[in-house]
Amino acid sequence: MKGTSPAHRAAERAARQSYGKLVAYFAARTGDVAAAEDALSDAFAVALASWPTRGVPQAPEAWLLTAARRRMIDTARRRRTREAAADRLLLSVEEAAAGMDPEDVPDWRLRLMFACAHPAIDAAMRGPLILQSVLGLDAAAIAAAFLTAPGAMSQRLVRAKRRIHDVGIPFRLPDRADLPVRLDAVLEAIYAAFGTGWPDPGGLDARWQGLVEEAVWLGRVVVGLLPEEPEGLGLLALMLYSGARRDARRGADGGYVPLSEQDPDLWDAAAIDEAERLLKRASSHARIGRFQLEAAVQSVHAARRISGRTDWSAILELYDGLLELTGSPVVAVNREVTLGQTAGPTEGLAALDELARDSRLAGYQPYWAARADLLARLGRSAQADAAYAQAILLEPDGAVRCFLERRRARIRPNFA
Amino acid sequence: MQYMLAVYGDERAAESTPREQMTEIINAYMAYTKALQDAKVLVASNRLRPTSAATTVRTIDGQTKVLDGPFAETKEQLGGYYLIDVPDLDAALSWAKRCPAARYGTVEVRPIWVM
Repeated sequence: MKGTSPAHRAAERAARQSYGKLVAYFAARTGDVAAAEDALSDAFAVALASWPTRGVPQAPEAWLLTAARRRMIDTARRRRTREAAADRLLLSVEEAAAGMDPEDVPDWRLRLMFACAHPAIDAAMRGPLILQSVLGLDAAAIAAAFLTAPGAMSQRLVRAKRRIHDVGIPFRLPDRADLPVRLDAVLEAIYAAFGTGWPDPGGLDARWQGLVEEAVWLGRVVVGLLPEEPEGLGLLALMLYSGARRDARRGADGGYVPLSEQDPDLWDAAAIDEAERLLKRASSHARIGRFQLEAAVQSVHAARRISGRTDWSAILELYDGLLELTGSPVVAVNREVTLGQTAGPTEGLAALDELARDSRLAGYQPYWAARADLLARLGRSAQADAAYAQAILLEPDGAVRCFLERRRARIRPNFA
Repeated sequence: MQYMLAVYGDERAAESTPREQMTEIINAYMAYTKALQDAKVLVASNRLRPTSAATTVRTIDGQTKVLDGPFAETKEQLGGYYLIDVPDLDAALSWAKRCPAARYGTVEVRPIWVM
């Protein structure tokens, strides 16, 4: 879906607006995500070939719907002789076509997201599935973001879509009782797409940046369709806070700038203001959750643009709440880093030592970077040097590696 | 769609279950079966004799052999099944959660392959 000319881009924008909505509609009617995607990508190809020269039609969505429907019926007819199941598909497509007004396609993207993030789907595949079916991202782009070989990702996506169809995962909103848990899975998947590396103390990862806008867009879809769900509001706020710092994360020389050294004037004030409003709206429901707490941490950081300082004790309290809620070792590392700010490096390091028993942290870069920083502050240079070496080894982003190397060089003269 | 709820449990543990508790479990199964019937979703159901009653037929090196014992030695064994007809996986899962086996063992939910 790459375009160059303005006409092509306009066509692409118009088509893209409708893509997820139409995939969701056909998938919900037929239970077959792959067939819906195939039909839409064919309709897309035709649209992108003709719209730039002939202009975007008055009702682009109706145009795409008609083209995709024709394609689905053709495919189902062709498959009919080979597969009994195609009969059912054909029936449901024709049935869908009969009872619908092409000017008014229902927005079932949320249903599609709930199907993709169903507990019967491998948790690691939920984010990739949503990115592909709702946004039309290709397997290669998704594979790059999720650090997987394109072939393997493509195969897993095909299998996951077949599974949705074969096991009869429904395309509807879960019951009230199940909604919070099921919505969490959708939000987790979107957040995985946004990039789990972002809110970490040392987190900056170029790989994820391509998906940031897509994830924010999905967050807006959820908030638009479920405006009263505080965790959806919390996730969107969290992504906006983090995204607001995007330009401040690189120095003039392209080097990595950690949050504590960023110039708040470089933060996107409009995005932060919107995040603040969303978080306020979320808290009015008095139903706290993981994403609201994480967004609140970012809100405290963002307040530095006004107060000029960071309220670490407020952040510590929020991490205490998060740790109680999630028990996540990643949260625990962030909490102890914060403790290093409020109580001092000795306390922070002692708390990190407690965590060292969790073997999952041995391969977690922020753990080693935090350790190195606390050891350096305590003047334990040799140990700090070793911890930096480990952090550098684990960090995939070159700019962050350079930053860690510079920090490491600062302590070197003390013991070399 | 039709789904099979395959009921797995630890046979050894069942053997040493006190009579009173066993009666309780059987009553729970009877109530569950009745609920499935009342909801008009039950297609078929059966309880299986333990794996000690199993005989396995298997072809080894081109020769068909009859072996005493189950297909595989596992910690939990297939002890019975319910075949139900419901709209989708969520409906099947919600019945599976209500099955007494979900408390005492494991329920595997699998769609029937329509040929």
